[in-house]
Amino acid sequence: MASVKEEREARAEAVRHIEREKPALEFGSAWEYSPAPESRDHVRLEERYGLFIGGKFVAPKSKKYFETINPATEEKLADVAEAGAADVDAAVRAAEDAYRKRWSKLKPADRGKYIYRIARILQEKSRELAVIETMDGGKPIKESRDVDIPLVVAHFFYHAGWADKLEYAFPRHAVSPIGVCGQIIPWNFPLLMAAWKIAPAIACGNTVVLKPAETTPLTAMALAKVCEEADLPPGVVNIVPGAGETGAAIVNHPRVKKIAFTGSTEVGKIIQRATAGTGKRLTLELGGKAANIIFEDAPIDQAVEGIINGIYFNQGHVCCAGSRLLVQESIADAVLQKLSDRIATLRMGDPLDKNTDVGAINSKMQLDKIRELVAVGVEEGAELHQSACAIPSKGFWFPPSFFTGVAQSHRIAREEIFGPVLTVMTFRTPDEAVEKANNIPYGLSAGVWTDKGSKIFQITSKMRAGVVWANTFNKFDPSSPFGGYKESGFGREGGVHGLRAYVELS
Amino acid sequence: MSSLPRPFDTSRIPRVDAVGIDERAGALAKRSIKKTAKIAGIKLAISMLDLTTLEGKDSEGKVRQLCQKAIRPLPGDPSVPHVAAVCVYPNLVATAKESLAGSGVKVASVASGFPAGLVPLAAKLDDTRLAVESGADEIDMVIDRGAFLSGDYGKVASDILSIKDACGDAHLKVILETGELETYDNVRKASRLAMTYGADFIKTSTGKITPAATPGVVLVMLEAIRDFYFETGRRIGMKPAGGIKTSKQALHLLVLVKETLGDAWLTPDLFRIGASTVTNDLLMQLAKEASGRYQSEDYFTKD
Repeated sequence: MASVKEEREARAEAVRHIEREKPALEFGSAWEYSPAPESRDHVRLEERYGLFIGGKFVAPKSKKYFETINPATEEKLADVAEAGAADVDAAVRAAEDAYRKRWSKLKPADRGKYIYRIARILQEKSRELAVIETMDGGKPIKESRDVDIPLVVAHFFYHAGWADKLEYAFPRHAVSPIGVCGQIIPWNFPLLMAAWKIAPAIACGNTVVLKPAETTPLTAMALAKVCEEADLPPGVVNIVPGAGETGAAIVNHPRVKKIAFTGSTEVGKIIQRATAGTGKRLTLELGGKAANIIFEDAPIDQAVEGIINGIYFNQGHVCCAGSRLLVQESIADAVLQKLSDRIATLRMGDPLDKNTDVGAINSKMQLDKIRELVAVGVEEGAELHQSACAIPSKGFWFPPSFFTGVAQSHRIAREEIFGPVLTVMTFRTPDEAVEKANNIPYGLSAGVWTDKGSKIFQITSKMRAGVVWANTFNKFDPSSPFGGYKESGFGREGGVHGLRAYVELS
Repeated sequence: MSSLPRPFDTSRIPRVDAVGIDERAGALAKRSIKKTAKIAGIKLAISMLDLTTLEGKDSEGKVRQLCQKAIRPLPGDPSVPHVAAVCVYPNLVATAKESLAGSGVKVASVASGFPAGLVPLAAKLDDTRLAVESGADEIDMVIDRGAFLSGDYGKVASDILSIKDACGDAHLKVILETGELETYDNVRKASRLAMTYGADFIKTSTGKITPAATPGVVLVMLEAIRDFYFETGRRIGMKPAGGIKTSKQALHLLVLVKETLGDAWLTPDLFRIGASTVTNDLLMQLAKEASGRYQSEDYFTKD
């Protein structure tokens, strides 16, 4: 049995030991993973994609094509047609025609059958779609394979089920569709955002004109092929790639009855101005700067995983990313130590490698924006911590990073960086945490970490954010509504709430 | 317990969120281990094996044969390392020691009233001393789960302290029997308790209870080891045991270690895998990597 004296000596020895060798973990090369690239042999890309209008791939009247590249290698993947105003007009007319003659007259259960069929075909092609998504957008294959595509499929299945049950979603109302919906989606979750937009719209009996983002049009074109394969009546889904001008043509088209936009707050404001007074319905899902609040009674190791998932998932190209970490002062040092160690294990590189955790930044433009804001952060006096991972020579890359010593007044704490960059701030009391979390023009999402159940309810009910996660982050489900407060937009997508945007009630 | 200098402080032990830990452990199971990484991983796993036989019908003959397997897991292929240790009951330690002499394979013995641990401390100490005197290099003790679950941490702690004392130079592995502790919070607390009072290794299970070394439990224990290391500077070892039957499971365990504790723990000195049947699956996978085909199980010795 150890005597008190012996134990005191042992403790003193332990302290000397710590002083000699400050404990540190080393994540090196003791056992390296071999490259494990997902095969792209089964993926067939075309050299050139037309516009998908009226059930056919057609050449653009604009005569213009743009290149889409792989952001991890900068290699060109395909040329894609750019829809001009005349093309958008043709798409809207095709959609209107399909709406009047076929889709709005179809029995709701039959509408559902088409959507189920689309869901099943997408499911069968999930591997191919995941690879295309990763090649065109730069996100790790493990995310496109395990998150994006399964959610896409789930969204179509979920909304197929609603097609003939809408009167149960809105009891005591007669439910009818709206007409042609113009939908504009971003580049961060290309196929998933298409699914979020198209599935509820067509389930409710509307037809759509959808514009994918100019850096990531390929899975939308694959979806067009799936619609063709599913024998969806021509014109129900029209896909018109392009950039801002194409989007403007959709927004300003007089026969479009509803606009749904996911993207930046800046563009959202332009769209709201443009649609004001036109009678067009509008839903906007815009930027965010979510607070992820870690209390001292949180399950700390899981909270660190939540921080990682919150900000480095999809390279931080997530509107609901947990980009502002608010950590209680009493545990701040421990959490930051763990965060440092954890980002050292994040594997950045070939997005097609199944072991890659962090992929490529979506575009040169986005990379420049991230670099600019990070430089501002350094200039403002915040301390930058970065993973020491190797950066590939080609493509667009930014290592997982976080800033400490950040104040509410720093630009990096107020502006959406939309990259793998976290700002860390501390708080002392729950009230202070809530005040800091809400003190921002955005309000899309938030996270709260505590093992104390009552505190979860107390804090989450005070958060001015559309989605609040407790002891987890970035969880999505088609039955759960998603959307923002304040400058993060309005309207909800998913669940019964999401259907509301696509129906007329009387 | 009067022998304790102070009561065990559980207030600073972080809580574990079960959903979160399972998610993280599950995500690490998806690491793709191919080609050279797979071969290196399998050889590393073999070198970390505690080849175990803990049956009522164990005999000297059985143990001698197992020891041969431990020294040369794949006869004719010297690139396959010997295992880390052979784990037996105290009565068979002398036999194992003799069979393994000069091989570098250690002898581990369960002691302290294995597997329930519900015998008086004096018996636990005798058990331990017998094993050590017979030549055991390592002692795998069980904690008194009844005492732990009733909140008597002092009893558990003093058992560990006393047995550690009886071990002398032998390394002490403390078995938590996580299947009986049930919650991750308990696993984390018991890990901390064991490390504080003398464990050189913490070990999940006896192999007599399921569930045993689930990925979630292993990850919770690795995280407890990490926190202890940062607080004290001491590197405690980890030994999952029970229910580990396939190469895939073994490689998953190595992934958990690599990405939680890092390079320093990827050695038999700090990580062991307690198993009996996984060896042949590891060898079969190795042969498959070399030839591209799975071989008949009759090419691998069953000892």
